[in-house]
This record gives sequence, C-alpha cells and structure tokens, in this order.
Amino acid sequence: MSKYKAVIGLEMHCELKSNSKVFSSAENSYNEIPNSNIRPVDMAFPGTLPVVNKECVRKALLMSLVLNCKQPEYMYFDRKNYYYPDLPKGYQITQMHDPVGVDGKIIIEVDGQEKEVLIHDIHLEEDAASLDHYYDVSMIDYNRAGVPLLELVTEPCLNSAEEAVAFLETMRRIYQYCDVSEGDTKKGQIRCDVNVSIMDPDATELGTKVEIKNVNSFSNVYEAINYEIKRQSALKDAGKYDEVEQDTRRFDEESGTTIHMRSKVDAIDYKYFVEPNIPKYKITKEWLEEIKKSIPVLPRERKKKYMEEFGLSDYDATIIVKEKVSADYFEECLSLGIKPKVAANWLTVQIIAYLNKYDIELKDFYLKPEYLKQITDELEKGTISSKQAKEIFFKALEEEKMPKTYIKEDNLQLSDKGKLEEIINTILENNPSQIEQYKGGKTNLFDFFVGQVMKETRGKANPVMTKELLKEKLDK
Amino acid sequence: MMDKTIEELHDLLINKKVTSKELVEEALKKSHEVEASCNAFVTILDDAKETEVTDDLLSGIPFGVKDNYSTKDILTTGSSNTLKDYVPFFDATAVRKLKEHGAIVVNKTALDEFGMGGTGTTAHTGVIRNPWDLDRMCAGSSSGSAAAVAAGVYPYALGSDTGDSIRKPAAFCGIVGYKPTYGMISRYGLFPFASSLDHCGVLTRSVKDAAIVVDAMKGIDELDMTSWDSKDINLYKSIDGNVKGKKLFYIKEIVDLENYPDATDELKKHLEIYHQALDKLRDLGVSIEEVSIEKNILNALPSVYVCLSCAEATSNMSNLTGIIFGPRGKGDNVMDMMKDHRTKGFSPLIKRRFVIGSFILQKENQERYFLNAARLRRIIVDKMKDLFKKYDALILPVSTGVAPYIDGSKDELTKDNTALLEEHLQIGNFGGFPSITIPDGFINSLPVGINITGNCYDDANVLNIAYALESQMNYKNMIAGGRHE
Repeated sequence: MSKYKAVIGLEMHCELKSNSKVFSSAENSYNEIPNSNIRPVDMAFPGTLPVVNKECVRKALLMSLVLNCKQPEYMYFDRKNYYYPDLPKGYQITQMHDPVGVDGKIIIEVDGQEKEVLIHDIHLEEDAASLDHYYDVSMIDYNRAGVPLLELVTEPCLNSAEEAVAFLETMRRIYQYCDVSEGDTKKGQIRCDVNVSIMDPDATELGTKVEIKNVNSFSNVYEAINYEIKRQSALKDAGKYDEVEQDTRRFDEESGTTIHMRSKVDAIDYKYFVEPNIPKYKITKEWLEEIKKSIPVLPRERKKKYMEEFGLSDYDATIIVKEKVSADYFEECLSLGIKPKVAANWLTVQIIAYLNKYDIELKDFYLKPEYLKQITDELEKGTISSKQAKEIFFKALEEEKMPKTYIKEDNLQLSDKGKLEEIINTILENNPSQIEQYKGGKTNLFDFFVGQVMKETRGKANPVMTKELLKEKLDK
Repeated sequence: MMDKTIEELHDLLINKKVTSKELVEEALKKSHEVEASCNAFVTILDDAKETEVTDDLLSGIPFGVKDNYSTKDILTTGSSNTLKDYVPFFDATAVRKLKEHGAIVVNKTALDEFGMGGTGTTAHTGVIRNPWDLDRMCAGSSSGSAAAVAAGVYPYALGSDTGDSIRKPAAFCGIVGYKPTYGMISRYGLFPFASSLDHCGVLTRSVKDAAIVVDAMKGIDELDMTSWDSKDINLYKSIDGNVKGKKLFYIKEIVDLENYPDATDELKKHLEIYHQALDKLRDLGVSIEEVSIEKNILNALPSVYVCLSCAEATSNMSNLTGIIFGPRGKGDNVMDMMKDHRTKGFSPLIKRRFVIGSFILQKENQERYFLNAARLRRIIVDKMKDLFKKYDALILPVSTGVAPYIDGSKDELTKDNTALLEEHLQIGNFGGFPSITIPDGFINSLPVGINITGNCYDDANVLNIAYALESQMNYKNMIAGGRHE
C-alpha cells in the first residue's frame, strides 16, 4: 500500500444495444464475419449522411436520468476531427458542447461501504472500426464503425483500484438492468480510459495526471491502476516526482505494466465543431418523463428491499441482484406466491449451480418460475420429499417437461397412514424370523424393515411416517 | 430539338413528333460537340437508353448531372484526381427521383474540383469554356452544367450551390439557375463541400423548366435529416405570372453606382440593364424599394463565407484518404499513404482552402474566426429574415458584368472594390434562402444576369416573380451562339 493518496478518474465507453447503428441503418450486432454489418455511411462513401437513431438517444437520456445528470435543452452533435485508419470519415460524431448528461452522481458499494461517485458527463457517440495488425499488413473491420457508444466520464473522485472496479461493476449492472447494453467485456463492449495521479494525503493540489488509454477489461483496469500507483509512488519516494510526466500510456497485458505512448505536448487538437448534417432538436419534458417511467428498479434498491422486507441474507440478496434476469426471476417467483426464502434458496443453490454446470443463461433456463412453483407447492404440502423435489427438478430439466408431469398419483409420496399400515402389516407377517432377531437385540434390522417398505412402495412411502409406524409395531 | 423547353419537348413526345430515342441521340451528339468546344464533361454516356414516354413532363427527356452527384454504376469524380476512378454503387436521391420520373442521364458535367471554385478552371479534366465565347470562363462551380444547358445539349442539368455555384454560371451563360430552400432537395449522394451551405439545384433555360425539375427532385428523404416535407408545394402549378402588389427590395450598398466611381463602361451598362429589369417589374405592379444595410456587415460577407466553408470542407473531405476508395497512396505506413494520396490528388486551390479551414478550426483560433463567422452569419440571416417580413424578395444584379476571360490579364477591371457585387449571392446560402438567377440582357453580345432571393419555404413566390420578369423580357430559352442582341 502506497503512503500517498491516489486520485483516479474513469472514462467508461460502453456499446449500446440497438437494432441499428447510431447514425446508420446498418445492423448493430456482433458479427464474426468482417465487414458484413455495414452501410455506405459506415465507410464514409462520398455524399452519405448521418441519420440519428432515436432509440440510441432515448437510451442515452435514460442513463443520464439514472445518473442524476442535468439534460440539455437541445440534442445536437459535434465533430471530433482526426485522421486514423479506423475512422472512415476522418471525424467522429460525438457530443462535446452539450452532452446528454452533465453533473451527475451515483452511489456505489465498496467493501460494504457506500461511496458517492461524481459524474462529469455522459455523451452519445459512434464507435470506430476495429483494426487487426499483422506482421506486414493491417486489416480493418467496419462492423464496429458507427456502433453506438455511451462515454461516461467521472470526476477524479475514486481513490483505489477497488473503488474503480466497484464503480465499473455497478455501472455495468445498471446498463444491463436498463437494457441499455449487454456490457460484455469479452466482446469488447466496455472499454476504459483511466486517469491516475498520486498526492500526499494532506496535500490540496492534485498531482500529475497520467492517462492510460483503451483498457479492455476490469481486471486490467485494476492492474493498470495499481501499477501506476506503484510506479508514481516509487518515483516520488526517490525524490524524482518531476519525472512523472503528464502523458498518455497504454496497458501492456503481458508485462502488467503501462507504456508511454505520447506526451501532453503532442496532444491532438480535435477541432471540434457542431455537426451540420444533424439539425438540433428539442428534448421535450414529456419525452423525458416517458423515459423516466421506463427506468426499472435498480440493483441497489432491490437488494435493500430483499434484505429488509424479505429477510434475505446479504449474501443471497447480492447473488440475486447481480443480474437483472435473476432478480426478475426471483420477483416473479414471489408474485406467484412462492415464499421469499424458498425462492431465494432454489435460485442461489440449485438453479445457479445448474446454470454454471451447463453454461447456460437464466433467460434460456427451462424451468420458469411457474414451473418451479409446481415443485415448491408439492414440497410444502408434504406430498413430495425434498429428495423427490430435486429429482423432479432435474428430470423436468432433462426432458424439458413440466414438473407436474412427474407428480402423478403413483409417484406421490405415500402418506396415507391406513395404506401404509396395511403394507407394513403384510411385511411383518412375511418376515417372522427377522422380527424375532430384532426383538432379540439385533436392532439394526430396523433398517431392513424400512428397506422392505420402500421396496414395496417403490420409494414413495413417507419415510418419517414409515419409521414411526414400524417403531410402534416392532416395539410393542 | 434540344433548344426547346421541357413542356415543348413533352408535347412533341406525347404527340409522337419525336421519340425519346431521337432525343437521346441528339443529346449525345451535342454532348460530343460541346465536349470538343467547351470541355464540359467528365463522362458522356454513349449507351444511354431512351425511356417510356408517360404523362410525366420529364419522361423520355435527357438531362445532365454535375459530377459531384453520385450516380450508380457511373463514374463520379467530383472533378478531382482523388476520385478519378470512383464508381458509386448508389444514386444520389435527387438523381434517383429524376430517373423515377423517366428522365435520362446522358452525361456527367465537369466542375471546379469538388465545387470549391468559381471559375471552371480547376477540374481534373481541364478548363471549362463558355459556349458564348470560348475564351471566357463559365464561372463555377457548376461550369459544365451551365455550358451544356447554354449550348443546347438538353433542357436542364443538375448543379450544386455552396456560395453561388449555380447562380453565377447561369448568369455568365445566359440561362436560369435555381437553388431552392435548404433541405427542399435531399443532399444524400451529393459530394459535400460545406454541409450547412450546400444546396442541390438546377440549371435550365426557363423558370418553368426549373420549377418542373425541382418539383421532381424535392421531398423529404429519410437519408438526409436536413430535408423537409414539401408535398404541399407544387412549384410548376403555382406559377401564374401575377405579381401585382409584390414588394421587392435591393441593397443600396451593393448596387448604387456611387459606390463605384471608377466603374468600367461594362459595369455601368450592367447596372443600367438591371434597373431596366426593375422597371419592367414595376410595370407589372411590383413595388421595389431601396434598403440600406450597414456596410460593415456586408463587407464581412466574403470572409464569413471563407471561414465557414473552408472549415466545413476541411472536415467533410477528411474521408478522402485513398484507403477505402480512390487511388491508394504510397508510403511505409498508413499515415504516409494518406498523405501521399492527398498531396498528389488535390489541386493547390483546394489545399489552400484546407489549410485555411484547419487554421480556423484550431482551438486557439476557433473563437476569433470560426465562431465569429458563425455569429456574423446569424446577424446577416436575421437581418434578411427581418426584411422578408416586409418584402417578398431581394433583387440584385449578378456579378459586375459578363463572364471574365480565362486568361485574366485580358479583363478590364473596375478599380473600386466590387467584392459585394461578386459575392452577395452567398447570402442565399447563409440563410438557406430560395434564390434564382435569370438572364436580363447582353453586353457586347455576352449575357448578364439578375438574381431574385426570397424567404425560406417561399420558393413558389420567388419563382413566380422570376417568371413574371422573364415573361417581360426576351431572354427565355436562349442557346449560346443563337439569338442575342
């Protein structure tokens, strides 16, 4: 641990979920085949023009509302001009002057402690193409060119790698809850720029800020921050803090270090100006109200409710709210009348284990809450044992049939005292020698009689009742 | 045949006095003649096919397309070496619509490279000459279109107009040049110069023809967010020639001869012709008033134009890297390849504009140049909109006289500052105003023009005034080298 205070700011780029790209009618979906999701405008053929995807604007405004930002009166875009082979137009359409949200805040949880993170701004823009570099050629895939991106910029208000990652996790979860993004880092849907500086704990002036560009996973964000803190601290310790340069670096995954790319003095002048092909349009109060209404209950509120109202443990509640699908599943169970703790137990134990084992997602899981209820209802009535419940659970999943298919009359637990007594009497009559041996002290033969009953009833006999009856009859 | 108006040609086609095939053949033959004399084309489509003649006024009739409109499967160069082999795979919306009306593209006309010039001398295919006098320029940038329409290749050709690129060549070639309200015609497929100033439009030999063609091209387009719905507007049908009670104005600081004590005889004659035209309108019951506008504001016009157009152009043409289309440049890395492509591809004039545009957009210069230019644009446009509350339109002479010589040393110039006469058409682009130039006379057997500019969405009114004036004069449907005074 460094003796200095780290000051961290994040720029989180997240690809939005939408049918088409943000300024183009090309499909917005992950595609293995390069250059298949493209329209002329994505490759900047002369004379093509951007057309704003209203759904993307809606989602951007939704996030702006979630983050408690101020929304602008008018929606318009700016051009950020620079040359790079992944940027077909030679400029990126983004928002510089009046982003969809400014001055927001969001509460995150780090090690059980709450922390408020200040949001500088959130803006809607388009992604660039992706480049693959080989020994002597580079390949350009324009599928990603024009994919909607939300860039979220925090104030430099985070103080550790843990806080940074907790923030990213929280935001990813919110994006998923709001159906704004899949938030899949494996598909490169979230990328971060990380700003790190250090200062003496009692200092008032911020240290020299170093920017690490394009970090593509949360674990790399964690490592990059810790490496930078270590690097800058070592220089400061050695009295060489002036060697910390305000530069732009990249994170090298292999060595776990950051590497200098360019200095502040070489900073690019992006020559921003208002995009003339997209007319300004008013963001109406009515529209904002409508968007506000569509915001779902977010994980933090849900977790609180699950613990306070339903008495779930912190552990269970945390697992359930981790993904919106599981929280929704849980809540649907409750609305069907399954008891909270029962639903939580099934979800956090059986279901999650099953999903992990077969690598499937809850949304594709066969046993919808209404099917699960078929099992929990019988279990509660005592007509099936918990062992049977588990068997039915797996059987229903295996054969993709409703659980009640397996809860037929002859499958039910035999809890009819009269019937059971009849069966037991017959067994006792047919095994006089075993009774004698039992009464002579060989008490472990009790299990033999239980076994006989189970054999006779093909395992359906209510075990508790069986034991009670047997004991009663043998011990008299 | 090709010296006729669209209405006349349509009658001939409907009554089977001529076939579409014959018109196409004549247009192609004429194209080759005009190419030989004026160097007006980038491509002549010798395999152009006739179309079925329907009730549509444009069906079966050939036309020309400025080479900065994308045409599917047809070479489209913007008259630039950077796109000298570029064949688009989609039609510009305006071209697509005309084709749907049964019109036939017979050639692609040359222009000042990407529309960024006003002389017709910077096309990659060479200097474009004026059919009225081959030693003179057509002005630009719709030079090839103007030359071809004036020479009688067809009744109309498409143009684009960022500063005056339709309306000035029209004046120098004795024809009509009309750019409608910004966004009336979709810009999709038009190579951009400066997006906020770029307009599609048409060059014709009569006001009615201009109305017919724009009626066919206009309309909201889902591919251009700046386009608007004009289905309730029918320009052709709105023309009735009745202008009694209309109120026009002109700007004293631009046309008053007292501003030009050293005026040449040509300029004096030009302004005389202009005042005669005003009298003809007065005869029809139009009132015309003189309005004074602060000279400081007017004098800033050309600089505002340079700032805004160069800035937008620099950015708009950043897609020309030779990576996706255009000839691949040489170099060890991709940045060097782009540099090589752009260094070799662009003419010096364009590079100069890019340097200016880049400078203006630099962080430290934006406030002083770009943003001040944008503010001045707003001041000028607000002033005009204010005047349009009182007046139907602004009427001014185009340029200082006739088309200059290509070899500039032969021109006799007025020694006074005549920039305002040369540049005032830019007002139409700043405000997106509908603006039309028609011929209003001759000086030494060369045509000169007059311009009428009205308020946004008031195209029908502007065209009607132009039509009324045209009807009072004898310059409708002129062919270069034919009738003149």
